[in-house]
Amino acid sequence: MDLNYSQEESTFRDEVRGWLKANLPQDLRDKIATYDELSREDLLRWHRILAKQGWVAPAWPKEWGGTSWNMVQRYIFEEECGLAGTPPLIPFGLSMCGPVILRFGTDAQKKRFLPRIYQGEDFWCQGYSEPGSGSDLASLKTKAERKGDHYIVNGQKTWTTLGHFADWIFCLVRTDSSLSKRQEGISFLLIDMKTPGITVRPLILMDGGHEVNEVFFDDVKVPVENLVFEEGKGWTVAKYLLGHERMNTGRIGTSKRELAKLKEFAGRQKGDDGRPLFADARFRDKLTRVEVELMALEITNLRFLDQMRRSGQPPGADVSMLKIKGTEIQQALTELSMQAADSSAQEEFTGLAKRYCNFRKTTIYAGSNEIQRNIISKMTLGL
Amino acid sequence: MNFDYNEEQQLLADSVRRFLAKGYDFEARRKIVASKEGWSPAVWSTISEMGLTGLPFSPDYGGFGGGAVDLMGVMEAAGEALLVEPYLATVGLGAQFVSRAGSDAQKKAILPAVVEGKLKMAFAHTEKGARYNLAKVDVQAKRAGAGWEISGEKFVVLGAPVADKFVVSAKTDKGLSLFLVDSKNTKIKPYVTLDKQRAGDVGFSKAQGELIGPEGGALAVIEEVVDFATALICAEAVGAMKFACDTTLEYLKTRKQFGVPIGTFQALQHRIVDMYVSYEQAKSMACLAASKADSPVDAGDRARSISAAKIKIADNCRHISQEAIQLHGGMGMTDEMKVSHSFRRLTMIAQQFGDAEHHLARFARLG
Repeated sequence: MDLNYSQEESTFRDEVRGWLKANLPQDLRDKIATYDELSREDLLRWHRILAKQGWVAPAWPKEWGGTSWNMVQRYIFEEECGLAGTPPLIPFGLSMCGPVILRFGTDAQKKRFLPRIYQGEDFWCQGYSEPGSGSDLASLKTKAERKGDHYIVNGQKTWTTLGHFADWIFCLVRTDSSLSKRQEGISFLLIDMKTPGITVRPLILMDGGHEVNEVFFDDVKVPVENLVFEEGKGWTVAKYLLGHERMNTGRIGTSKRELAKLKEFAGRQKGDDGRPLFADARFRDKLTRVEVELMALEITNLRFLDQMRRSGQPPGADVSMLKIKGTEIQQALTELSMQAADSSAQEEFTGLAKRYCNFRKTTIYAGSNEIQRNIISKMTLGL
Repeated sequence: MNFDYNEEQQLLADSVRRFLAKGYDFEARRKIVASKEGWSPAVWSTISEMGLTGLPFSPDYGGFGGGAVDLMGVMEAAGEALLVEPYLATVGLGAQFVSRAGSDAQKKAILPAVVEGKLKMAFAHTEKGARYNLAKVDVQAKRAGAGWEISGEKFVVLGAPVADKFVVSAKTDKGLSLFLVDSKNTKIKPYVTLDKQRAGDVGFSKAQGELIGPEGGALAVIEEVVDFATALICAEAVGAMKFACDTTLEYLKTRKQFGVPIGTFQALQHRIVDMYVSYEQAKSMACLAASKADSPVDAGDRARSISAAKIKIADNCRHISQEAIQLHGGMGMTDEMKVSHSFRRLTMIAQQFGDAEHHLARFARLG
């Protein structure tokens, strides 16, 4: 057992850290530090900087621009991005649609879509959830009817993150309603957001931010060549994607940075007795418990990576564990940060309160934490 | 980076597990616990034949030169089996002081006997009112000819009724110091602890003692050895947690109510999932504790990491042990179910060498 990174891994980390220091634009760094909303242009600018460096899609095959990094290197890269406070890489193209096309797409689809995803020329969003289909995704109703060379899509998607920025949406749609098993008759379609009949309506959340949308489809014509994999086999694609989605689900680097910020902030804030809040035992104990949970999660994450590296198996239900703990930690950090703010820190309070509100999403999205528990219960424990 | 045991460590852990599964099942343990002595000379002799009593000591004295990481698999297996033999008291505590601070003559006189399983030891340190403060000692040592005389009383000394020799902390004019004292020179009030181990209060009345290490300079080595032993019980906790989780899972699959296994109920599924999450997090921190006990950057790094580990282990000991009982229902509370014994051991580990609050304060002090 050796919990230390190897010399090569440490060198790699230094290289990534040095590059990020030199190439992360200051204005983006500042926006992340103050929790400002990022524009479409902000997100794409960072995407393109990484694309130019060849680091935007580490997990992709080499021929499509992947880095050939091993699992630990990929983890280090993600951790360093989190620590540096880079804008997020929006996952819908790079980590979701891209891998799906790589796995299930035709050569024509690969050539048409992958380079544009890689270069950040197309902004993608995800069309999964519907008003009546949240955790119970297989109950989705958005319909696609085959008419000649097209599907005619009708229905509604919701919680569409950054749909208002998107050029394309990948959707799960129902192509056959006659089957008794709900998972059958679902298909995976790629839809150009400029197609007539698509309406995007913002959903403003309690933090005041515009992040998610409703997307309405009214007789939207989608060419059949935009079907990925076989008609009716969309559930297979969706399941593959779920396994692929959550490698960095623990968000260790980001949480480490937030923890350091919280410590610094709690060191400036004063408790009732005039001493730094950070020295107040009641506050400090809460903070330490989160810090320790994060230390444990980092090692748990590395243990799982180490296992995967040895076994060559893709991540299983273990990832659900990382999602549960990682998001609980993220929420706890936002909660303590807001608690640390008071009337002498009104400026900070506004940003921290927004973030506290916004981060309630983390235990709900990408399969709520209760769904994750169902997955572990079934897959790992056999219940 | 590598989180696996090496081949030797794995083989050893497997053979310990095999032995304990056969020779130390719950029925065998029940008999040992109920015996007057509360430990088994036969088990102890097998343990030392397997090399376990020599594992963390120098080859110069017949040992294998291992560290906390080498002991992890052994302690996990001990935790699963709820071993009550005086292993921690002897190998993890008493003899560690000799190994780390003793003179060559003391090592020669003691360590080979420990390695061979002929000598059992205990660490007599805690006093009334000291709680988990390792520096708070009132027992006195005075020079008497070439040696020392120790006077005072120690409480809840793990393994006291079984020990042949004690390592005792006492104050001299120069401060906190350590002494070797023969058990025949002590007065022991023995008892059985909540988790069925043997312990006792130990009285010293001008007991003849031999100084170990520098006079007045014992605190650093006490902290080092207690941190080492803490790393060991973290690993033991992981084993006991694994047992508690696995046996609860088995129960959920077999116990039927309303005509179905109770494991089909989501309310219970989510609770046992959280137990396994707690177990994995605890295991990660036990890995950290063991590797920092062996190769810290410095004493502060070691102390900080081991306190962090003990915070997590203590919290998760409570969580898992309590949930295991709740999910078993009334049956889980009965003495006849092993899960109630794992509850008791996990409860004690949560507090042994400092509860979560003690380590939260220590972690904060260390910055």
